[in-house]
Amino acid sequence: MINITSTGPFLTFRHGVHPEEYKELSCHRPIERMPFVEEYTLPLSQHIGAPAKPVVKEKQRVRRGELIAEPSGFVSVGLHSPVDGTVTAIGLFAHPNGQMAPAIRIKADPFSAQRFIPQPPTPPEQIPVSEFIAAVQRAGLVGLGGAAFPAHVKFSIPEGRQIRYLMMNGCECEPFLTCDHRVMVEYADELIDGTGILQHFIKAEKIYIAIEANKPDAIAILREKAAASGMPIEVAPLKVKYPQGAEKMMITAILGEEVPSGKLPLDVGVLVSNVGTVVALSQYFRQGMPLIERVVTVTGPAVRRPANVMVPIGTPMRAVAEFCGGITDEAARILLGGPMMGVVQKSLDVPVVKGISGILALSDNEVRDITAYSCIRCGRCLEACPLFLNPARLGLLARKGLWEEMEENNLMDCFECGSCSFACPSGIPLVQSFRIGKAMIREKKAREKS
Amino acid sequence: MSGTSRLSISTSPFLHDVASTPRIMWEVVFTLIPVFMAAFYYFGLSALLVSLAAIGGCLFTEWLVNREKADSSLTDGSALLTGLLLALTLPPGFPLWMAFLGGVVSIGMGKAIWGGLGQNIFNPALVGRAFLQAAFPAAITTWELPDGHYWAPRGANLAMPFFQGSPVDAVTTATPLARMKFDHVAASIPDLLLGHTSGSLGETCGLLLILAGLYMAWRRLINWRIPVSILLTAALFTAILYVIDPARYPSPAFTMLAGGLLLGTVYMATDLVTSPLAPKGIWIYGIGIGLLAVLIRIWGGLPEGVMYAILLMNAATPLINRFTKTRVYGHS
Repeated sequence: MINITSTGPFLTFRHGVHPEEYKELSCHRPIERMPFVEEYTLPLSQHIGAPAKPVVKEKQRVRRGELIAEPSGFVSVGLHSPVDGTVTAIGLFAHPNGQMAPAIRIKADPFSAQRFIPQPPTPPEQIPVSEFIAAVQRAGLVGLGGAAFPAHVKFSIPEGRQIRYLMMNGCECEPFLTCDHRVMVEYADELIDGTGILQHFIKAEKIYIAIEANKPDAIAILREKAAASGMPIEVAPLKVKYPQGAEKMMITAILGEEVPSGKLPLDVGVLVSNVGTVVALSQYFRQGMPLIERVVTVTGPAVRRPANVMVPIGTPMRAVAEFCGGITDEAARILLGGPMMGVVQKSLDVPVVKGISGILALSDNEVRDITAYSCIRCGRCLEACPLFLNPARLGLLARKGLWEEMEENNLMDCFECGSCSFACPSGIPLVQSFRIGKAMIREKKAREKS
Repeated sequence: MSGTSRLSISTSPFLHDVASTPRIMWEVVFTLIPVFMAAFYYFGLSALLVSLAAIGGCLFTEWLVNREKADSSLTDGSALLTGLLLALTLPPGFPLWMAFLGGVVSIGMGKAIWGGLGQNIFNPALVGRAFLQAAFPAAITTWELPDGHYWAPRGANLAMPFFQGSPVDAVTTATPLARMKFDHVAASIPDLLLGHTSGSLGETCGLLLILAGLYMAWRRLINWRIPVSILLTAALFTAILYVIDPARYPSPAFTMLAGGLLLGTVYMATDLVTSPLAPKGIWIYGIGIGLLAVLIRIWGGLPEGVMYAILLMNAATPLINRFTKTRVYGHS
């Protein structure tokens, strides 16, 4: 059990749900380093935006951390080799998104020590903003919380806009996941340093490090480091509630104000970054290490040895699972990310990409087969939805295929956290039908444009 | 990993709250156990017989309309709950065949014709009760005091089907509400709390109903706003009248405890299916029930108005749901 040492009541948003946490499986396990394997597959698209463009050829030797694909536009990032080795193929390979996608395959050099020699770039304190943004883009940095949105795009503050609050998101509200927790505990110095680098350019009035109250060790360490940093940092323990880590919910919890519909945190003067992302920022600027590895939580009752693992990007997921003792026959679902918003996998023969925070193997005990009953209008979905939508009504409209009415009922505001489906006692696939509704509306808009 | 064939594909979320619809129904059924024990304590065997007849009518009809479906809807607990609630609204000396018929109407007209669980607009138990009130006005207003006759059927319990039956050894009496309405005599509050009074099976013991309501609100089986809004409205409304003329009008405490207000508030108005979804709508609904119940009781032709108040606000619920749009996050 986790002892909550900080005393509440903690800041939070209205509504939301309380799934069982399941964090004890891995939250006390220090980050382990995944041994190098024979072969790595690096999809050119591991981020939101245009895929990277290869700058290597087949049979070319590459070094660990060497650029193998460059950004192909502003919303695009670089890609680097996780090992010393040889490019064996550039072609279509299985991507965790379920499709075949262009990727670079690299065979690791069996005789290399795979040592990374630190070659820090010009210190960020000595470069202008434009150079900083370009460096972050080239370093391949993306948001490590799961969405994999290019970090440099987020860090580019439009002319005339001022960021008042910088928020480091260490909420990690998804059950099971503990990678951010371990990163905050074990990379606290890098986290503060990365925050400092960002603060050098952003010059926010105040910096918040938001952490759910179930991580008292991270709260304590970061409070100590924050006090010594000389920056206006406040470590804010937030109530344990899902989806506390959603950007809008976190901002509302801390500032008590809402992000207007269709607007960005930027519009209320806030910049949010995942804690792992700023650690990666520090590692790039201090050691010259681009984003070639990340911490992945491998957990679930069907994993023999749940662990937090530092995995080189491109490592086959099967190798990571085997490193954690393998997956037992009890597995009923294997998924990437958390159980509330994660994506199910049909095979382990896909590589770990930058946006993967967890590999979960769940058994039938967690994934209950829900018999679907009719809606009994109990209103639990309304009390669950953090955006105060009316999921019961939206679900009814979805069943009838009334997409336009769904849009009028603010469907497009839904960020698919899944709280409604979690709460529904009748087992109605609410958020699942909202995804379909959103896709239909987007398709219709695209048709109207063309 | 030899068990890959068991892996299935689906979409998030993969976790689910433990609450399920049958579980909610069954938990409400369990809260009724003390209420029934009290009914048995006051009215003896006839309480059991009337309940069994009403439940039988409900379960039989539920089975009849769904018999061709793969999953039995009998196990979800909702038909049993309807039968129990109907029974609680009936007088102890009620003919059993009428109670059975009431159950048939509750499920048949109150639920099945709307499309089954979750589709109905009106509370099924009250639809059955309203039918019985219209069809058998005499039988449903024949009340007896709890008199310690435990093991014998009472009143017209054993009337032959399609006959009213004549009350056997009946010492019939007026309910506290009727005495208030027609004679302006108020029953004592402790009697109303503890059930030493005449009335329907489940409405006499106010204390148990209050406890059941508190438990269900705590377990989130009912929305706390419904009982709070109904009771506050009814109390406030009568308080105003009571201040004007205490000899003529009932006191707020009497209003809340006498008759079916507590039973209706705790178990019928809170029916998830037939009450509004959003908090704002729930307040409108509850205030509506409170106002209508007192209006009918005081100025209507009947001593009791809770049933019609709830049914009327049930009818207004779809409209209330439509017009009480909740403010969405990030919209002003």
